[in-house]
Amino acid sequence: MALLEVTGLQVKFDTPEGEVQAVNDLDFSVKHGESLAIVGESGAGKSQAVMAIMGLLAKNGSATGKAKFKGQDLMQMSRKELNNIRGCEIAMIFQDPMTSLNPFLTIEKQMVEVITYHQGLRRGEARAHAVEMLRAVRIPAPEERIKQYPHEFSGGMRQRVMIAMGLLCEPSLLIADEPTTALDVTVQAQITHLVGEMRQKSNMALILITHDLAVVAEVCDRVLVMYAGQVVETGSVEDIFYRPQHPYTQGLLDSVPRMDRPADDELHSIPGNPPNMMDLGSGCHFRDRCSKAMDVCKDDPPLQVAQDGRLSRCFIAIENAGMDNSERVASGTDSAEDSTETAE
Amino acid sequence: MRQEGILQHSASRLLGLIPTLLVLITIAFFMIRLAPGGPFDSEKILPPEIKANLEAKYHLDEPLVKQYFRYLGQIITLDFGPSFQYKDWTVNELIARGFPVSLTIGGLAIVLAFFLGTLIGIVAAMRQNTAVDYSLMGVAMLGISIPNFVVAPLLILLVAVYAGWLPAGGWDWSVQRMVLPVVTLALPAIAYIARLTRGSMIEVLNSNYIRTARAKGLPEHLVIRRHALKPALLPVISFMGPATAGLITGSVVIERIYSIPGLGSYFVQGALNRDYTLVMGVVIFYGVIIILLNFIVDILYAWMNPRIRYNEAQ
Repeated sequence: MALLEVTGLQVKFDTPEGEVQAVNDLDFSVKHGESLAIVGESGAGKSQAVMAIMGLLAKNGSATGKAKFKGQDLMQMSRKELNNIRGCEIAMIFQDPMTSLNPFLTIEKQMVEVITYHQGLRRGEARAHAVEMLRAVRIPAPEERIKQYPHEFSGGMRQRVMIAMGLLCEPSLLIADEPTTALDVTVQAQITHLVGEMRQKSNMALILITHDLAVVAEVCDRVLVMYAGQVVETGSVEDIFYRPQHPYTQGLLDSVPRMDRPADDELHSIPGNPPNMMDLGSGCHFRDRCSKAMDVCKDDPPLQVAQDGRLSRCFIAIENAGMDNSERVASGTDSAEDSTETAE
Repeated sequence: MRQEGILQHSASRLLGLIPTLLVLITIAFFMIRLAPGGPFDSEKILPPEIKANLEAKYHLDEPLVKQYFRYLGQIITLDFGPSFQYKDWTVNELIARGFPVSLTIGGLAIVLAFFLGTLIGIVAAMRQNTAVDYSLMGVAMLGISIPNFVVAPLLILLVAVYAGWLPAGGWDWSVQRMVLPVVTLALPAIAYIARLTRGSMIEVLNSNYIRTARAKGLPEHLVIRRHALKPALLPVISFMGPATAGLITGSVVIERIYSIPGLGSYFVQGALNRDYTLVMGVVIFYGVIIILLNFIVDILYAWMNPRIRYNEAQ
C-alpha cells in the first residue's frame, strides 16, 4: 500500500480577477521510504498541491479530491485530526528559511512545543531531544544555539533548524517545498545532502518540490513533472533524465546548464510563458510553446502509460509507446538529439 | 545579556529625553507670550499703577529672556509657581488636584480600550471577510468617526435621563459616576485599537512563520496565542504610548459635559486667561507624561521584539 495516495486533486483560488485553477486533477502516490521529486516552472501548482494536502492553503483557496495517508483521507479530516498528523507523521519544510521561523520565539520554544504537543513529553526531556536533533543536523554547539532567536542564525542554519524541527517526531513523510531555493549556492548542496542523509537514516519518504534538476538526480527515486496544474510526465529518475518523452520535460532538461557543452553555448530556455491559469481552455496546455505541436494537440492528451511503464501526457509519447522495442530505443536517441539541436 | 540589553537601551533613551523637554519648555514659554493680551487684562481696565505693581510682583516687567531663565531656574526645583488666575493656588496644587481625577478616568478608559480593542481585533481577523468581521469593523468605524461631544450627550440621554441607571454627571469618586465618562473616553480608542489589531493580526496570520506553526500541527488557539499575538500587538503597543498620555491628561470635552474636576479644564481655562504659569505647568506636565509613556513603550517594544533588543545590545 502506498504511504500517500493522492487522486483527483483540484485546487482553486478565488481572486478578484476570477477563479484560478492552480491544480487540475492531480494523481500521484508515494511509497514508504520512497523519494519523489515534483518539478516544474513557477506557477505549475507544485507547492499548492502539497499545501492543499497539508491543509495550509491560503484563505481564498479550496481543494477537492482525495489524499489518503496510511489509508485515511487527509482532505476529509477535521482540523483536530489533521493536527495529529501534521508536524508529527508528515513534516514540512519551506522555501524561505529566513521567514519560516517565528522571529519572536527562541529556537528552543519552537522546537519543544512540537514534542510536548505531539508526544506529551515533559519540557526537560523535550529539550534534550531537540538538542540531540540539532546536533544530528550538524548545528555546532546546539546547547547554546537552542537558546537563541532565529535572527542569530544564517539562512542555511535556519533551514537546518527547520529540518531538525520537522524530524523531531520521526515523521514517515517529509515534504520539502523548494528547501534550497532561497539559499546561497554553496549552502544549497549542504542542505540537499542533509535532507538525503536524514531520509536514509530514518527511512522516511520524501516529497521534494524543486526546480533544481541536479538536486532531483541526487536525492530522488521518482520524478513527477507538472505543467499548468497537471502531471505531464512521471517516471523513475533515469527514465525522466535520460529518456524524456514529453517535449516539456525535454525542454526543462535542456534548460539546465551543462559542463559538457562549450562555454559560449547559449543557455537554452523554453520559449513563451506558462498559460494563464484563469483561462486554460482545452487541449494540451503546452502546445503553444511546443516545437513538436501537431493538429491533434488541440484535443486533451490523456495521461497514458508510455514506454517503461512511466506516465506521459503527450500524443507523441503515446505513439512511441506503440512501437516495438528496437524502434523505441532509436526514437529515444532521436529525441535526445532533437533537443540538443534546439539548444544550438 | 538580555537584561543588559534592556538596561543599556533604557539609559540611552532616558538621556535623550532631557533635550526634548528643554525644547518643549522653550517653545511653549515663548509661544504663550506671543499670544496677544496678558494675565491681568480683563473687561474692567485696571489702573496703570496697579497693573504695573502686579506685573512687577510676578516679574512680568523684566526682559523676556531674563524671565525665561528665571523660569528655568524655578522649574528645576519642580516649582511651577503661583497661578495668576486662581489666586491662593499654586500650579502644583492645581495639578495635584486635577490630575488624579483625569488619571483615574483616563487610566480605566485605556485599560478597557486595550483589552476590548485587541479582543475585537483578533476576533475580526480570525473571521476575516465574514459577516462578523464586517459588522465589528463597521461599528468600529462609527466609534472612530462619531465625536465624543456627540456620544457623551447621547449616553447621558439614554442611560442617565431615560433609563435612569446612572447619574448624568458630577464627581464623587464613586463607580457609578465613573462609568459614563470612562466609556465615552474609551469608545474611540477601542475602535482604533480594534482596527489596528485586526490589520496587523491579518498580516501576521498570513506570514510564513504562522504557516510553519500550523504545519507543526498546533491547534489554532496555540497558533494565535503563542505565535501570532506578540507580533500582532506591536503596532498596538506603539499606539498605546501617545494614546495613554492623551487619555490620562484629561479630555476637556468629557470633563465639561460630565462636570468632572479634571486637569483638562484647567488647561483650557489657563490658556484662555493667559495664566502663563498654569499653562506652562500643565504643558510641561503633559510633555513629561507623553515622553515617559513613549519611553515605556520603547522599553516594552524592545522587550517584546528580540531583534531590537540584540541590535541595541551589540
